[in-house]
Amino acid sequence: MAGILAQYLPDAALQLAYLIAGILFIQGLRDMTHPRTATRGNQISAAGMFLAVLVTALWFDIVSPLILGAGLLVGGGIGVWLAVTVETTEMPQLVGLFNGFGGGASALVAGAELIDVLASGGSLSIDLTATAAIAGIIGSVTFWGSLVAAGKLHGIVGDSPVSTNVGHAIKVLFLGAAVVAGLVLVIQPEMLGNSPMASWIPSYWVLVAAASILGIFLVVPIGGADMPVVIALLNSYSGLAAATTGFVLGNTALIIAGTLVGASGLILTVIMCESMNRSLTNVLFGGLGGDDDDGEDMEDIYEGQIQETSPEEVVMLLETADRVVVVPGYGMAVAQAQHAVAELVDLLDEHGVDVEFGIHPVAGRMPGHMNALLAEADVPYDKMRELEEVNPTFSQTDVAIVCGANDVVNPRANEDDGSPISGMPVLNVAEANTVIVNKRSLSPGFSGIPNPLFARDNTSMLFGDAKESMQDLVNDYKEATD
Amino acid sequence: MATELSAFVTNLTLFVLAAFVGYEIITKIPTNLHTPLMSGANAISGITLLGSVVVAGSGSNGLATALGFLAVVMATINVVGGYLVSHFMLDQFRGGGN
Repeated sequence: MAGILAQYLPDAALQLAYLIAGILFIQGLRDMTHPRTATRGNQISAAGMFLAVLVTALWFDIVSPLILGAGLLVGGGIGVWLAVTVETTEMPQLVGLFNGFGGGASALVAGAELIDVLASGGSLSIDLTATAAIAGIIGSVTFWGSLVAAGKLHGIVGDSPVSTNVGHAIKVLFLGAAVVAGLVLVIQPEMLGNSPMASWIPSYWVLVAAASILGIFLVVPIGGADMPVVIALLNSYSGLAAATTGFVLGNTALIIAGTLVGASGLILTVIMCESMNRSLTNVLFGGLGGDDDDGEDMEDIYEGQIQETSPEEVVMLLETADRVVVVPGYGMAVAQAQHAVAELVDLLDEHGVDVEFGIHPVAGRMPGHMNALLAEADVPYDKMRELEEVNPTFSQTDVAIVCGANDVVNPRANEDDGSPISGMPVLNVAEANTVIVNKRSLSPGFSGIPNPLFARDNTSMLFGDAKESMQDLVNDYKEATD
Repeated sequence: MATELSAFVTNLTLFVLAAFVGYEIITKIPTNLHTPLMSGANAISGITLLGSVVVAGSGSNGLATALGFLAVVMATINVVGGYLVSHFMLDQFRGGGN
Protein backbone atom coordinates (compact mmCIF):
# COMPACT_ATOMS: atom_id res chain seq x y z
CA MET A 1 0.00 0.00 0.00
CA ALA A 2 2.10 2.86 -1.23
CA GLY A 3 1.21 6.36 -2.34
CA ILE A 4 2.71 8.48 -5.08
CA LEU A 5 5.84 9.48 -3.20
CA ALA A 6 6.54 6.05 -1.74
CA GLN A 7 6.76 4.51 -5.22
CA TYR A 8 9.71 6.67 -6.19
CA LEU A 9 11.51 7.44 -2.95
CA PRO A 10 13.24 5.23 -0.39
CA ASP A 11 11.61 4.77 3.02
CA ALA A 12 14.17 7.04 4.60
CA ALA A 13 12.75 10.01 2.67
CA LEU A 14 9.61 10.02 4.81
CA GLN A 15 11.71 9.96 7.99
CA LEU A 16 13.83 12.76 6.58
CA ALA A 17 10.76 14.88 5.90
CA TYR A 18 9.63 14.28 9.50
CA LEU A 19 13.06 15.32 10.73
CA ILE A 20 12.79 18.58 8.79
CA ALA A 21 9.31 19.15 10.20
CA GLY A 22 10.69 18.54 13.70
CA ILE A 23 13.48 21.07 13.11
CA LEU A 24 10.93 23.62 11.90
CA PHE A 25 8.83 23.10 15.05
CA ILE A 26 11.86 23.59 17.30
CA GLN A 27 13.10 26.64 15.38
CA GLY A 28 9.56 28.05 15.48
CA LEU A 29 9.51 27.73 19.27
CA ARG A 30 12.98 29.28 19.51
CA ASP A 31 11.73 32.32 17.62
CA MET A 32 8.88 32.59 20.11
CA THR A 33 11.39 33.66 22.76
CA HIS A 34 11.23 37.24 21.51
CA PRO A 35 8.20 39.30 20.45
CA ARG A 36 10.05 40.60 17.39
CA THR A 37 10.64 37.17 15.94
CA ALA A 38 7.56 35.45 17.35
CA THR A 39 5.32 35.97 14.32
CA ARG A 40 7.97 34.43 12.09
CA GLY A 41 8.34 31.57 14.56
CA ASN A 42 4.66 30.83 14.36
CA GLN A 43 4.85 30.77 10.57
CA ILE A 44 7.89 28.49 10.60
CA SER A 45 6.04 26.13 12.89
CA ALA A 46 3.00 26.19 10.59
CA ALA A 47 5.28 25.46 7.63
CA GLY A 48 6.58 22.42 9.48
CA MET A 49 3.03 21.23 10.00
CA PHE A 50 2.15 21.79 6.34
CA LEU A 51 5.21 19.82 5.23
CA ALA A 52 4.47 16.94 7.59
CA VAL A 53 0.82 16.66 6.57
CA LEU A 54 1.50 17.02 2.86
CA VAL A 55 4.25 14.40 2.81
CA THR A 56 2.20 11.98 4.90
CA ALA A 57 -0.86 12.38 2.68
CA LEU A 58 1.17 11.78 -0.46
CA TRP A 59 3.21 8.96 1.04
CA PHE A 60 0.52 6.65 2.24
CA ASP A 61 -1.94 5.19 -0.17
CA ILE A 62 -5.04 7.23 0.33
CA VAL A 63 -7.89 4.93 -0.60
CA SER A 64 -10.36 7.73 -0.32
CA PRO A 65 -8.67 11.05 -1.05
CA LEU A 66 -12.19 12.41 -1.23
CA ILE A 67 -12.83 11.66 2.44
CA LEU A 68 -9.46 13.00 3.51
CA GLY A 69 -9.87 16.14 1.41
CA ALA A 70 -13.38 16.68 2.72
CA GLY A 71 -12.14 16.30 6.30
CA LEU A 72 -9.34 18.80 5.76
CA LEU A 73 -11.70 21.23 4.09
CA VAL A 74 -14.42 20.99 6.74
CA GLY A 75 -11.93 21.20 9.63
CA GLY A 76 -9.95 24.00 8.01
CA GLY A 77 -13.12 25.96 7.30
CA ILE A 78 -14.37 25.66 10.88
CA GLY A 79 -10.91 26.53 12.22
CA VAL A 80 -10.60 29.68 10.10
CA TRP A 81 -14.16 30.73 10.91
CA LEU A 82 -13.61 30.35 14.66
CA ALA A 83 -10.24 32.12 14.62
CA VAL A 84 -11.51 35.05 12.55
CA THR A 85 -14.78 35.63 14.37
CA VAL A 86 -13.56 35.25 17.95
CA GLU A 87 -13.60 38.28 20.26
CA THR A 88 -10.35 38.88 22.15
CA THR A 89 -12.17 38.38 25.43
CA GLU A 90 -13.29 34.93 24.28
CA MET A 91 -9.76 33.85 23.47
CA PRO A 92 -9.22 31.67 26.57
CA GLN A 93 -12.23 29.46 25.87
CA LEU A 94 -11.34 29.18 22.18
CA VAL A 95 -7.80 28.05 23.01
CA GLY A 96 -9.35 25.53 25.40
CA LEU A 97 -11.77 24.32 22.75
CA PHE A 98 -9.07 23.85 20.09
CA ASN A 99 -7.03 21.97 22.64
CA GLY A 100 -9.93 19.62 23.29
CA PHE A 101 -10.25 18.83 19.59
CA GLY A 102 -6.59 17.83 19.44
CA GLY A 103 -7.08 15.41 22.31
CA GLY A 104 -10.31 14.05 20.84
CA ALA A 105 -8.60 13.41 17.52
CA SER A 106 -5.87 11.41 19.31
CA ALA A 107 -8.44 9.18 20.99
CA LEU A 108 -10.31 8.60 17.72
CA VAL A 109 -7.13 7.84 15.78
CA ALA A 110 -6.05 5.22 18.29
CA GLY A 111 -9.49 3.55 18.11
CA ALA A 112 -9.57 3.65 14.33
CA GLU A 113 -6.08 2.17 14.15
CA LEU A 114 -7.10 -0.76 16.37
CA ILE A 115 -10.19 -1.48 14.28
CA ASP A 116 -8.19 -1.14 11.09
CA VAL A 117 -5.43 -3.51 12.16
CA LEU A 118 -7.94 -6.13 13.24
CA ALA A 119 -10.05 -5.76 10.07
CA SER A 120 -7.05 -6.18 7.82
CA GLY A 121 -6.19 -9.46 9.53
CA GLY A 122 -3.34 -8.21 11.70
CA SER A 123 -2.89 -9.13 15.33
CA LEU A 124 -3.16 -6.64 18.16
CA SER A 125 0.31 -6.62 19.68
CA ILE A 126 0.85 -5.50 23.26
CA ASP A 127 2.72 -2.32 22.40
CA LEU A 128 -0.09 -1.30 20.03
CA THR A 129 -2.90 -1.92 22.53
CA ALA A 130 -0.97 -0.45 25.45
CA THR A 131 -0.17 2.81 23.70
CA ALA A 132 -3.69 2.95 22.24
CA ALA A 133 -5.06 2.62 25.78
CA ILE A 134 -2.89 5.51 27.01
CA ALA A 135 -3.76 7.68 24.00
CA GLY A 136 -7.45 6.83 24.52
CA ILE A 137 -7.45 7.81 28.20
CA ILE A 138 -5.40 11.01 27.81
CA GLY A 139 -7.21 12.01 24.64
CA SER A 140 -10.71 11.53 26.09
CA VAL A 141 -9.86 13.30 29.36
CA THR A 142 -8.37 16.18 27.34
CA PHE A 143 -11.40 16.43 25.05
CA TRP A 144 -14.08 16.48 27.74
CA GLY A 145 -11.96 18.36 30.27
CA SER A 146 -11.28 21.08 27.71
CA LEU A 147 -14.94 21.31 26.74
CA VAL A 148 -15.91 21.81 30.40
CA ALA A 149 -13.10 24.33 30.91
CA ALA A 150 -14.16 26.24 27.80
CA GLY A 151 -17.77 26.12 29.03
CA LYS A 152 -16.73 27.57 32.39
CA LEU A 153 -14.75 30.34 30.71
CA HIS A 154 -17.69 31.09 28.44
CA GLY A 155 -20.07 31.17 31.39
CA ILE A 156 -22.16 28.19 30.24
CA VAL A 157 -20.92 25.93 33.03
CA GLY A 158 -20.98 27.22 36.62
CA ASP A 159 -17.50 28.36 37.60
CA SER A 160 -17.58 28.11 41.37
CA PRO A 161 -15.22 25.61 42.95
CA VAL A 162 -16.66 22.54 44.69
CA SER A 163 -14.76 19.93 46.62
CA THR A 164 -16.75 16.95 47.81
CA ASN A 165 -15.82 13.45 48.83
CA VAL A 166 -18.48 12.08 46.50
CA GLY A 167 -16.78 13.93 43.66
CA HIS A 168 -13.40 12.41 44.52
CA ALA A 169 -14.96 8.96 44.77
CA ILE A 170 -16.52 9.33 41.31
CA LYS A 171 -13.15 10.33 39.85
CA VAL A 172 -11.40 7.35 41.41
CA LEU A 173 -14.21 5.04 40.25
CA PHE A 174 -14.06 6.10 36.61
CA LEU A 175 -10.27 6.24 36.54
CA GLY A 176 -10.36 2.67 37.83
CA ALA A 177 -12.91 1.67 35.18
CA ALA A 178 -10.77 3.20 32.43
CA VAL A 179 -7.66 1.41 33.68
CA VAL A 180 -9.47 -1.94 33.93
CA ALA A 181 -10.83 -1.52 30.40
CA GLY A 182 -7.29 -0.68 29.30
CA LEU A 183 -5.94 -3.84 30.93
CA VAL A 184 -8.61 -5.93 29.25
CA LEU A 185 -7.66 -4.33 25.95
CA VAL A 186 -4.00 -5.18 26.46
CA ILE A 187 -4.37 -8.67 27.88
CA GLN A 188 -7.39 -9.95 26.00
CA PRO A 189 -7.80 -7.75 22.92
CA GLU A 190 -9.89 -10.34 21.15
CA MET A 191 -11.97 -11.30 24.13
CA LEU A 192 -15.20 -11.62 22.18
CA GLY A 193 -13.69 -13.98 19.62
CA ASN A 194 -15.55 -14.00 16.34
CA SER A 195 -18.78 -12.34 17.40
CA PRO A 196 -19.75 -9.38 15.24
CA MET A 197 -19.17 -6.99 18.14
CA ALA A 198 -15.53 -8.03 18.38
CA SER A 199 -14.46 -6.04 15.33
CA TRP A 200 -15.36 -2.85 17.19
CA ILE A 201 -12.85 -3.57 19.98
CA PRO A 202 -15.50 -2.82 22.66
CA SER A 203 -13.00 -2.68 25.52
CA TYR A 204 -11.40 0.37 23.90
CA TRP A 205 -14.70 2.22 23.73
CA VAL A 206 -15.53 1.34 27.33
CA LEU A 207 -12.19 2.89 28.19
CA VAL A 208 -13.03 5.99 26.17
CA ALA A 209 -16.44 6.33 27.85
CA ALA A 210 -14.97 5.98 31.36
CA ALA A 211 -12.16 8.44 30.60
CA SER A 212 -14.69 10.90 29.16
CA ILE A 213 -16.71 10.91 32.38
CA LEU A 214 -13.47 11.21 34.33
CA GLY A 215 -12.48 14.24 32.24
CA ILE A 216 -15.79 15.96 33.00
CA PHE A 217 -15.64 15.26 36.74
CA LEU A 218 -12.01 16.36 36.92
CA VAL A 219 -12.70 19.87 35.67
CA VAL A 220 -16.26 20.61 36.86
CA PRO A 221 -15.21 21.12 40.53
CA ILE A 222 -12.34 23.50 39.68
CA GLY A 223 -13.04 27.21 40.06
CA GLY A 224 -12.95 29.70 37.19
CA ALA A 225 -9.86 31.55 38.42
CA ASP A 226 -7.87 28.31 38.37
CA MET A 227 -8.62 27.82 34.68
CA PRO A 228 -5.17 29.09 33.58
CA VAL A 229 -3.68 26.07 35.29
CA VAL A 230 -6.28 23.68 33.89
CA ILE A 231 -5.95 24.98 30.34
CA ALA A 232 -2.16 24.76 30.50
CA LEU A 233 -2.30 21.25 31.95
CA LEU A 234 -4.79 20.04 29.34
CA ASN A 235 -2.54 21.58 26.70
CA SER A 236 0.23 19.43 28.05
CA TYR A 237 -2.07 16.37 27.96
CA SER A 238 -2.99 16.89 24.33
CA GLY A 239 0.72 17.00 23.52
CA LEU A 240 1.33 13.78 25.43
CA ALA A 241 -1.67 12.20 23.69
CA ALA A 242 -0.11 13.10 20.34
CA ALA A 243 3.26 11.69 21.42
CA THR A 244 1.59 8.47 22.55
CA THR A 245 -0.23 8.23 19.22
CA GLY A 246 3.23 8.58 17.69
CA PHE A 247 4.33 5.49 19.63
CA VAL A 248 1.19 3.64 18.38
CA LEU A 249 1.86 4.46 14.76
CA GLY A 250 5.66 4.51 14.96
CA ASN A 251 5.61 8.10 13.70
CA THR A 252 8.62 10.21 14.69
CA ALA A 253 7.06 13.58 13.78
CA LEU A 254 4.21 12.89 16.20
CA ILE A 255 6.60 11.94 18.98
CA ILE A 256 8.81 15.03 18.61
CA ALA A 257 5.96 17.53 18.19
CA GLY A 258 3.79 15.96 20.88
CA THR A 259 6.64 15.97 23.38
CA LEU A 260 7.42 19.64 22.70
CA VAL A 261 3.80 20.54 23.40
CA GLY A 262 3.74 18.33 26.48
CA ALA A 263 6.82 20.12 27.83
CA SER A 264 5.38 23.54 27.01
CA GLY A 265 2.08 22.85 28.77
CA LEU A 266 3.79 21.34 31.79
CA ILE A 267 6.16 24.30 32.20
CA LEU A 268 3.26 26.76 31.99
CA THR A 269 1.37 24.67 34.54
CA VAL A 270 4.28 24.75 36.96
CA ILE A 271 4.75 28.51 36.48
CA MET A 272 1.05 29.12 37.20
CA CYS A 273 1.10 26.97 40.33
CA GLU A 274 4.25 28.60 41.68
CA SER A 275 2.71 32.01 41.08
CA MET A 276 -0.09 31.02 43.45
CA ASN A 277 2.14 29.17 45.91
CA ARG A 278 -0.14 26.17 45.52
CA SER A 279 0.61 22.62 44.52
CA LEU A 280 -0.92 21.17 41.38
CA THR A 281 -2.81 18.70 43.59
CA ASN A 282 -4.33 21.56 45.52
CA VAL A 283 -5.45 23.31 42.34
CA LEU A 284 -6.93 20.16 40.86
CA PHE A 285 -8.55 18.69 43.97
CA GLY A 286 -8.46 21.40 46.64
CA GLY A 287 -11.52 23.43 45.68
CA LEU A 288 -10.20 26.74 47.01
CA GLY A 289 -12.61 29.46 48.03
CA GLY A 290 -16.37 29.23 47.81
CA ASP A 291 -16.98 29.47 51.56
CA ASP A 292 -18.26 32.82 52.70
CA ASP A 293 -17.79 32.52 56.46
CA ASP A 294 -15.32 35.40 56.32
CA GLY A 295 -18.20 37.87 56.11
CA GLU A 296 -17.89 39.33 59.61
CA ASP A 297 -14.14 39.41 59.36
CA MET A 298 -14.59 41.54 56.28
CA GLU A 299 -16.75 44.12 58.05
CA ASP A 300 -14.19 44.37 60.86
CA ILE A 301 -11.46 45.15 58.40
CA TYR A 302 -13.36 47.55 56.18
CA GLU A 303 -15.57 49.35 58.75
CA GLY A 304 -14.87 53.07 58.63
CA GLN A 305 -11.58 52.49 56.83
CA ILE A 306 -12.66 52.77 53.22
CA GLN A 307 -11.93 56.03 51.44
CA GLU A 308 -13.82 56.63 48.25
CA THR A 309 -12.45 58.80 45.49
CA SER A 310 -13.67 60.29 42.23
CA PRO A 311 -12.15 60.41 38.73
CA GLU A 312 -11.46 64.15 39.22
CA GLU A 313 -9.42 63.50 42.36
CA VAL A 314 -7.50 60.70 40.70
CA VAL A 315 -6.65 62.94 37.77
CA MET A 316 -5.30 65.56 40.17
CA LEU A 317 -2.99 62.92 41.58
CA LEU A 318 -1.94 61.79 38.12
CA GLU A 319 -1.11 65.34 37.05
CA THR A 320 1.61 65.63 39.66
CA ALA A 321 2.84 62.04 39.41
CA ASP A 322 6.25 61.15 38.03
CA ARG A 323 5.77 57.43 38.03
CA VAL A 324 2.54 55.43 37.67
CA VAL A 325 2.08 51.66 37.65
CA VAL A 326 -1.15 50.08 36.40
CA VAL A 327 -2.03 46.62 37.72
CA PRO A 328 -4.67 44.95 35.57
CA GLY A 329 -6.76 41.96 36.64
CA TYR A 330 -9.57 39.78 35.41
CA GLY A 331 -12.00 42.67 36.03
CA MET A 332 -10.33 44.56 33.19
CA ALA A 333 -10.94 41.62 30.86
CA VAL A 334 -14.58 41.25 31.93
CA ALA A 335 -15.30 44.95 31.40
CA GLN A 336 -13.23 44.95 28.17
CA ALA A 337 -11.47 47.98 29.59
CA GLN A 338 -8.10 47.30 27.92
CA HIS A 339 -8.53 50.01 25.26
CA ALA A 340 -9.49 52.67 27.81
CA VAL A 341 -6.58 51.64 30.05
CA ALA A 342 -4.20 51.74 27.11
CA GLU A 343 -5.43 55.23 26.15
CA LEU A 344 -4.86 56.46 29.70
CA VAL A 345 -1.35 55.05 29.74
CA ASP A 346 -0.63 56.60 26.34
CA LEU A 347 -1.80 60.00 27.59
CA LEU A 348 0.36 59.78 30.70
CA ASP A 349 3.30 58.71 28.58
CA GLU A 350 2.81 61.70 26.27
CA HIS A 351 2.92 63.99 29.28
CA GLY A 352 6.26 62.63 30.36
CA VAL A 353 5.03 60.34 33.13
CA ASP A 354 7.03 57.15 33.63
CA VAL A 355 4.16 54.66 33.32
CA GLU A 356 4.23 50.86 33.25
CA PHE A 357 2.01 47.85 33.73
CA GLY A 358 2.69 45.42 36.56
CA ILE A 359 1.34 42.04 35.51
CA HIS A 360 0.85 39.09 37.83
CA PRO A 361 1.39 35.69 36.18
CA VAL A 362 -2.06 34.39 37.16
CA ALA A 363 -4.06 37.55 36.47
CA GLY A 364 -6.85 36.60 34.11
CA ARG A 365 -8.03 33.25 32.86
CA MET A 366 -5.09 31.90 30.88
CA PRO A 367 -1.30 32.22 30.96
CA GLY A 368 -0.35 35.65 29.62
CA HIS A 369 -4.00 36.72 29.39
CA MET A 370 -3.40 40.34 30.45
CA ASN A 371 -0.46 40.68 28.04
CA ALA A 372 -2.57 39.43 25.14
CA LEU A 373 -5.40 41.84 25.94
CA LEU A 374 -3.06 44.82 26.32
CA ALA A 375 -1.24 43.90 23.12
CA GLU A 376 -4.60 43.96 21.37
CA ALA A 377 -5.00 47.53 22.65
CA ASP A 378 -1.59 48.41 21.11
CA VAL A 379 0.32 48.65 24.38
CA PRO A 380 4.04 48.26 23.60
CA TYR A 381 5.33 45.06 25.14
CA ASP A 382 8.22 46.83 26.87
CA LYS A 383 5.65 48.58 29.07
CA MET A 384 4.42 45.25 30.46
CA ARG A 385 6.51 44.33 33.48
CA GLU A 386 6.57 41.03 35.31
CA LEU A 387 6.07 40.72 39.04
CA GLU A 388 9.77 40.41 39.91
CA GLU A 389 10.66 43.41 37.77
CA VAL A 390 7.99 45.76 39.02
CA ASN A 391 7.84 44.91 42.73
CA PRO A 392 11.10 46.69 43.69
CA THR A 393 9.88 49.85 41.92
CA PHE A 394 6.67 50.42 43.89
CA SER A 395 8.49 52.37 46.61
CA GLN A 396 9.46 54.94 43.96
CA THR A 397 5.98 54.96 42.45
CA ASP A 398 3.64 57.90 43.03
CA VAL A 399 0.37 56.30 41.98
CA ALA A 400 -0.50 52.63 41.57
CA ILE A 401 -3.78 52.02 39.75
CA VAL A 402 -5.30 48.61 40.40
CA CYS A 403 -7.82 47.90 37.66
CA GLY A 404 -10.08 44.93 38.35
CA ALA A 405 -7.52 42.94 40.33
CA ASN A 406 -7.91 41.71 43.90
CA ASP A 407 -6.14 38.61 45.19
CA VAL A 408 -2.94 39.36 43.24
CA VAL A 409 -2.49 42.62 45.21
CA ASN A 410 -3.63 41.31 48.60
CA PRO A 411 -0.92 42.06 51.21
CA ARG A 412 -2.22 39.20 53.37
CA ALA A 413 -0.37 36.86 51.02
CA ASN A 414 2.89 38.16 52.52
CA GLU A 415 1.81 37.14 56.01
CA ASP A 416 2.05 33.60 57.21
CA ASP A 417 -1.43 33.50 58.69
CA GLY A 418 -2.76 30.38 57.02
CA SER A 419 -5.09 32.27 54.67
CA PRO A 420 -5.80 30.58 51.32
CA ILE A 421 -3.36 32.91 49.56
CA SER A 422 -0.67 32.90 52.23
CA GLY A 423 2.77 32.69 50.61
CA MET A 424 1.53 33.57 47.14
CA PRO A 425 3.80 36.13 45.46
CA VAL A 426 1.77 39.35 45.07
CA LEU A 427 2.31 42.81 43.66
CA ASN A 428 3.19 45.03 46.62
CA VAL A 429 1.23 48.05 45.41
CA ALA A 430 0.81 49.36 48.97
CA GLU A 431 4.44 50.51 48.86
CA ALA A 432 3.44 53.17 46.34
CA ASN A 433 2.63 56.68 47.60
CA THR A 434 -1.03 56.37 46.68
CA VAL A 435 -3.02 53.35 45.58
CA ILE A 436 -6.17 53.74 43.51
CA VAL A 437 -8.28 50.58 43.42
CA ASN A 438 -10.87 50.49 40.68
CA LYS A 439 -13.46 47.81 41.47
CA ARG A 440 -17.20 47.53 41.24
CA SER A 441 -17.60 46.72 44.94
CA LEU A 442 -15.71 45.47 47.96
CA SER A 443 -16.62 41.88 47.21
CA PRO A 444 -13.76 39.42 47.75
CA GLY A 445 -11.75 37.91 44.92
CA PHE A 446 -11.60 34.25 44.01
CA SER A 447 -9.86 33.30 47.26
CA GLY A 448 -12.95 34.48 49.18
CA ILE A 449 -10.97 36.50 51.73
CA PRO A 450 -11.09 40.26 52.36
CA ASN A 451 -8.29 42.47 51.14
CA PRO A 452 -6.71 44.71 53.83
CA LEU A 453 -5.21 46.80 51.02
CA PHE A 454 -8.58 48.47 50.51
CA ALA A 455 -8.60 49.73 54.10
CA ARG A 456 -5.10 51.20 54.10
CA ASP A 457 -4.55 54.91 54.61
CA ASN A 458 -2.88 55.41 51.25
CA THR A 459 -5.57 53.51 49.35
CA SER A 460 -8.61 55.10 47.75
CA MET A 461 -11.41 53.17 46.11
CA LEU A 462 -12.66 54.26 42.70
CA PHE A 463 -15.90 52.29 42.55
CA GLY A 464 -17.38 51.51 39.15
CA ASP A 465 -17.15 49.48 35.97
CA ALA A 466 -13.51 49.33 34.83
CA LYS A 467 -14.20 50.52 31.30
CA GLU A 468 -16.35 53.50 32.35
CA SER A 469 -13.99 54.49 35.16
CA MET A 470 -10.92 54.37 32.93
CA GLN A 471 -12.73 56.29 30.21
CA ASP A 472 -13.68 58.94 32.80
CA LEU A 473 -10.03 59.21 33.83
CA VAL A 474 -9.00 59.62 30.19
CA ASN A 475 -11.57 62.38 29.57
CA ASP A 476 -10.84 64.24 32.79
CA TYR A 477 -7.11 64.00 32.25
CA LYS A 478 -7.46 65.39 28.72
CA GLU A 479 -9.52 68.30 30.03
CA ALA A 480 -7.13 69.02 32.86
CA THR A 481 -4.02 69.02 30.70
CA ASP A 482 -5.40 70.95 27.73
CA MET B 1 9.87 -9.04 19.08
CA ALA B 2 13.46 -7.87 19.29
CA THR B 3 13.01 -5.38 16.46
CA GLU B 4 9.75 -4.16 17.96
CA LEU B 5 11.50 -3.52 21.23
CA SER B 6 14.39 -1.69 19.62
CA ALA B 7 11.91 0.44 17.66
CA PHE B 8 10.25 1.31 20.96
CA VAL B 9 13.57 2.28 22.50
CA THR B 10 14.38 4.43 19.47
CA ASN B 11 11.05 6.20 19.90
CA LEU B 12 11.71 6.57 23.61
CA THR B 13 15.08 8.17 22.81
CA LEU B 14 13.36 10.72 20.60
CA PHE B 15 10.80 11.39 23.32
CA VAL B 16 13.41 12.03 26.00
CA LEU B 17 15.59 14.24 23.79
CA ALA B 18 12.59 16.26 22.58
CA ALA B 19 11.53 16.75 26.20
CA PHE B 20 14.92 18.25 27.07
CA VAL B 21 14.95 20.50 24.01
CA GLY B 22 11.40 21.63 24.77
CA TYR B 23 12.27 22.40 28.37
CA GLU B 24 15.33 24.44 27.43
CA ILE B 25 13.53 26.54 24.83
CA ILE B 26 10.20 27.04 26.51
CA THR B 27 11.61 28.23 29.84
CA LYS B 28 13.19 31.08 27.83
CA ILE B 29 9.87 32.32 26.44
CA PRO B 30 8.75 35.52 28.24
CA THR B 31 5.41 35.69 30.10
CA ASN B 32 4.29 38.28 27.57
CA LEU B 33 4.09 35.59 24.93
CA HIS B 34 2.54 32.81 26.98
CA THR B 35 -0.90 33.09 25.43
CA PRO B 36 0.34 32.92 21.83
CA LEU B 37 2.78 30.20 22.91
CA MET B 38 -0.05 28.13 24.29
CA SER B 39 -2.18 28.64 21.24
CA GLY B 40 0.76 27.84 18.96
CA ALA B 41 1.79 24.78 20.95
CA ASN B 42 -1.83 23.79 20.81
CA ALA B 43 -1.72 23.95 17.03
CA ILE B 44 1.37 21.74 17.06
CA SER B 45 -0.48 19.18 19.14
CA GLY B 46 -2.89 18.94 16.20
CA ILE B 47 -0.04 16.95 14.63
CA THR B 48 -2.31 14.01 15.46
CA LEU B 49 -3.66 15.02 12.08
CA LEU B 50 -0.82 12.91 10.66
CA GLY B 51 -2.14 9.90 12.50
CA SER B 52 -5.62 10.65 11.24
CA VAL B 53 -4.36 10.93 7.67
CA VAL B 54 -2.65 7.56 7.91
CA VAL B 55 -5.66 5.89 9.45
CA ALA B 56 -8.30 7.54 7.28
CA GLY B 57 -6.29 6.56 4.25
CA SER B 58 -4.94 3.14 4.96
CA GLY B 59 -7.92 0.99 5.71
CA SER B 60 -10.76 -0.56 3.84
CA ASN B 61 -12.83 -0.81 6.99
CA GLY B 62 -15.84 1.52 6.92
CA LEU B 63 -15.92 2.23 10.65
CA ALA B 64 -12.21 2.99 10.81
CA THR B 65 -12.61 5.36 7.88
CA ALA B 66 -15.53 7.15 9.50
CA LEU B 67 -13.60 7.59 12.75
CA GLY B 68 -10.58 8.66 10.76
CA PHE B 69 -12.66 11.29 8.96
CA LEU B 70 -13.95 12.69 12.23
CA ALA B 71 -10.39 12.75 13.60
CA VAL B 72 -9.18 14.61 10.49
CA VAL B 73 -11.87 17.26 10.98
CA MET B 74 -11.08 17.74 14.67
CA ALA B 75 -7.33 17.79 14.24
CA THR B 76 -7.56 20.23 11.33
CA ILE B 77 -9.70 22.61 13.38
CA ASN B 78 -7.03 22.46 16.06
CA VAL B 79 -4.14 23.05 13.66
CA VAL B 80 -5.64 25.75 11.45
CA GLY B 81 -7.46 27.56 14.26
CA GLY B 82 -4.50 27.38 16.63
CA TYR B 83 -1.98 28.82 14.19
CA LEU B 84 -4.36 31.55 13.03
CA VAL B 85 -5.27 32.68 16.54
CA SER B 86 -1.56 32.78 17.46
CA HIS B 87 -0.82 34.72 14.30
CA PHE B 88 -3.45 37.36 15.02
CA MET B 89 -2.25 37.73 18.59
CA LEU B 90 1.42 37.97 17.64
CA ASP B 91 0.62 40.55 14.99
CA GLN B 92 -0.78 42.73 17.75
CA PHE B 93 2.37 42.33 19.80
CA ARG B 94 4.45 43.45 16.86
CA GLY B 95 2.10 46.38 16.20
CA GLY B 96 2.51 47.51 19.79
CA GLY B 97 6.27 47.49 19.76
CA ASN B 98 6.84 50.61 17.70
